[in-house]
Amino acid sequence: MLHIVNKSPLDRNALDTCLATAQPGGALLLIEDGVYAATSGAAAADKLKQAMGRLKVYALKPDLEARGMADRALEGVTLVDYGGFVDLVTEHATCQSWL
Amino acid sequence: MSEGQIKKFMYVNRKAPHGTIYALESLEVVLIAAAFDQDVSLAFMDDGVYQLKKGFNTKGIEVKNFQPTYRALDDYDINKLYVEKEALEARGLTQEDMCVPVEVLSRAEIGKLMETQDVVLSF
Repeated sequence: MLHIVNKSPLDRNALDTCLATAQPGGALLLIEDGVYAATSGAAAADKLKQAMGRLKVYALKPDLEARGMADRALEGVTLVDYGGFVDLVTEHATCQSWL
Repeated sequence: MSEGQIKKFMYVNRKAPHGTIYALESLEVVLIAAAFDQDVSLAFMDDGVYQLKKGFNTKGIEVKNFQPTYRALDDYDINKLYVEKEALEARGLTQEDMCVPVEVLSRAEIGKLMETQDVVLSF
């Protein structure tokens, strides 16, 4: 299934709960303030790197760009645009937004 | 406001930009307050430090890019911008990543400054 996180990892526990809940083989899409988790040097970056072994990780590029963080996206994170967002939703039977 | 009534105002910003309206609203209030010739300082703590990260390009998310407004604050004699050292470190950011000149202070130092204010506004 597809997991979507839109909260900053240092402000809310949405990413932590998501990573602890998501089963191997799933996908994680970071959007809005959630994209900060996918930036180098961020405290959450290590957690995310560990998760990449079992989850495919995506981040919404327009949200990284809006925050001046597009050039710091972590290696291994696939950047998608809004069209890619829609594709991810349609490719997965279910989707959980960790609001 | 009459002469001799200058108060010390501190605006404390703790939210990331775009995800919530806090960053933009704080900036609006700061600009309004600037018209009253008060002693204004801005503190950026926790995710608030992301508000000053250089290089916003908001075209893709179709919202207003308010980052240039931070650069205009100096024109309103608002130049006391304090950024939390611990917050920068936790986010892999440095003073060079900030879009305007700032003073980097520890949480404790910001706390001391907060104690010297007449008014503290939280965003």
